[in-house]
Amino acid sequence: MLRQFVMRVLELLAVLLLVSFGVSWILSRTPGGDPAIAVLGEGRAPEEYEALREEMGLNDPFLTRYFDWLGGILHGDFGMSLTPPVMPVWDRLWAAIPVSLELAGLGLLLALVFSVPLAMWAAYNEGGRIDRTIGAMTFGLLSIPSFLAGLILISVAVNSLGWFPRTGWVRITDDFLGNLSHVFLPALTIALMELAMFTRILRNDLVTTLHEDYILAARAKGMPPVRIMFSDALRPSSFSLVTILGLSIGRLVGSTVIVEYLFALPGMGGLIVQAANQKNLPMVQGAVLLVATIYVITSALIDLSYGYLDPRTRRARA
Amino acid sequence: MPEPDLTPASDTNNVPVDAATPGVATAAALLDPGPEPELDSAAKRKKLLVTGAPMLVVGLGLAVFGATTPLLITIAKVLLLVAGLLLAISGLGKVAEGIRGRSVDVVFILGMAWLVFLLAVAALAPLLPLGNHNDATEGLYAPAFAEPDLGSEYPLGTNVNGLDILARTIYGARTSLIVAVFAILIGTVVGGTIGMVSGFLRGGTDWVVGILTNALLAVPPLVLLVALGTVLEPNLRNIALALSLLTIPSMVRIARANTITFAQREFVLAAQAIGATRMRLLRKELLPNVVLPIASLAVVMVSMLIVAEASLSFLGLGIKPPEPTWGNMIAEGEGGRMEEHPFIVIVPGICLFLTVFSFNLLGEKVQKRWDPRSAKL
Repeated sequence: MLRQFVMRVLELLAVLLLVSFGVSWILSRTPGGDPAIAVLGEGRAPEEYEALREEMGLNDPFLTRYFDWLGGILHGDFGMSLTPPVMPVWDRLWAAIPVSLELAGLGLLLALVFSVPLAMWAAYNEGGRIDRTIGAMTFGLLSIPSFLAGLILISVAVNSLGWFPRTGWVRITDDFLGNLSHVFLPALTIALMELAMFTRILRNDLVTTLHEDYILAARAKGMPPVRIMFSDALRPSSFSLVTILGLSIGRLVGSTVIVEYLFALPGMGGLIVQAANQKNLPMVQGAVLLVATIYVITSALIDLSYGYLDPRTRRARA
Repeated sequence: MPEPDLTPASDTNNVPVDAATPGVATAAALLDPGPEPELDSAAKRKKLLVTGAPMLVVGLGLAVFGATTPLLITIAKVLLLVAGLLLAISGLGKVAEGIRGRSVDVVFILGMAWLVFLLAVAALAPLLPLGNHNDATEGLYAPAFAEPDLGSEYPLGTNVNGLDILARTIYGARTSLIVAVFAILIGTVVGGTIGMVSGFLRGGTDWVVGILTNALLAVPPLVLLVALGTVLEPNLRNIALALSLLTIPSMVRIARANTITFAQREFVLAAQAIGATRMRLLRKELLPNVVLPIASLAVVMVSMLIVAEASLSFLGLGIKPPEPTWGNMIAEGEGGRMEEHPFIVIVPGICLFLTVFSFNLLGEKVQKRWDPRSAKL
């Protein structure tokens, strides 16, 4: 068990090392954007750019720069942001993490809160009108890209009805309700697609579970359907859901990026897009590495949760 | 004597899960209302036609009224349009069932019709009598934000630069489809080959490929695209290449998994025993078996790629305006412009939705037929 764990951690480290190397390599080949231009702006003398490049170490060989950067990261130094506000990359990332986590977490929570009852309702009426309606609606939701959903929600709930503020952010420690009003609509945008996915997956597994003998027994002895669903059917049916949850984290990060850009939230995603548009390479580099790290660790944790959900896999995987 | 009671109980415990359905059927019958009274087929068809035709007409009427009426606010119009279309589609389904005598998947047929139409229009775009789609200087002489009017020079209106939205939407479809199709082709060929070779050779190659695939999967797709968008010149070729990078890891995984399964089968062993080379084993024995799951994954991924390309354009990292893509057309509606001129978002938005929806339908169908094991959704 311990050996397996150590191997797993080593593999994760290898993957992250590769990611950092790949990203640095791609970003070092910059026909699209010269960091020196990003700092100084256009229209200066060529010597000025050259001097800055020398100073920033851009003229060093790629490997030297990569190992300098990596060494810096091991000391917690992600380099400096190239565009204003010029401050350490890490400080800006650190300030952005809570925003993204809150957004993604609330989005996931909303998706689960809506999808579990919907899936139960559909599975209970298997093949019936309700089941088909829920199936069609979720299939439709899956086809709405998150930026389109976000624009529609803004148009309806912000600009027409005026229920929510359009942009901006209030920290949760400053004003809880204010924070909630800023985060709700973006989180709902994220939740819509996840909700559709979760509902479909869970409904299919629930349908299989509801055909099992022990559910029949529970029905026969007169247990109310809601109780059967929550206490007997939900856990054995949630296996695929957890797998999908793991896979959906990647898409969730993607929606977070788009939604933060759309609602101008000061999270990781908005930061990455802004940095990419400004050719702020150290920022992109650091942010991608951080996102990849969080993502890989989350996936590993979800892998571990299988054992809790289905005891059979504990032995099978050992 | 407990024995007669025990035997049937142990019997039901031993039957496989599938055989347990009769018991559930009785339980379901207890809970559900009884089946509708049987009609003979002619009367049933007539009933379908009689209910379906009015639904179709009323639905279409509602939709047209919703789309054209100046009386209502936008939200009510859209709701009316959607309700009308849903009613019309369900009516069409009934009519089709009444005529054919068996149930017809109308939504699927409509979706495929949309895809065929879109492909044809996109392919023929340069030959069609379309307005100005990307010449901003020329656009100065045209009205900005012209309202859609099917009879006028600008059937679906113009954008902020006086460019024709119909022409832009069609050229946007061209971009979307070209990028997605090329990305999927590159991804399938490269990923499929790597996956097959790594699943066939196993050992060190497999280990290296595994780590590389995991590294690619460790960066969430859109973040990878944004990182690539930082440094790549945004043109069709580069965006197709970047998107293909998103498809490669899943392709490698599915090709590898299927190759490993089939490589253990007897026919491969037999071919090996009569002296087939590795190349021949891969090409003649394994490829024909692995190609279907790979192809079905390819079809499933098309809609994901279309969304990814549109997202990248929306974020301003894709193909730059005034060249049209659906993503950058939708982005034009940001910042309150959508409320004054809803059509600049609605037109490309609906096209994007319909296309993704149709490709999702196609993907679901293909996966059920070609690779039923992984058909989860």
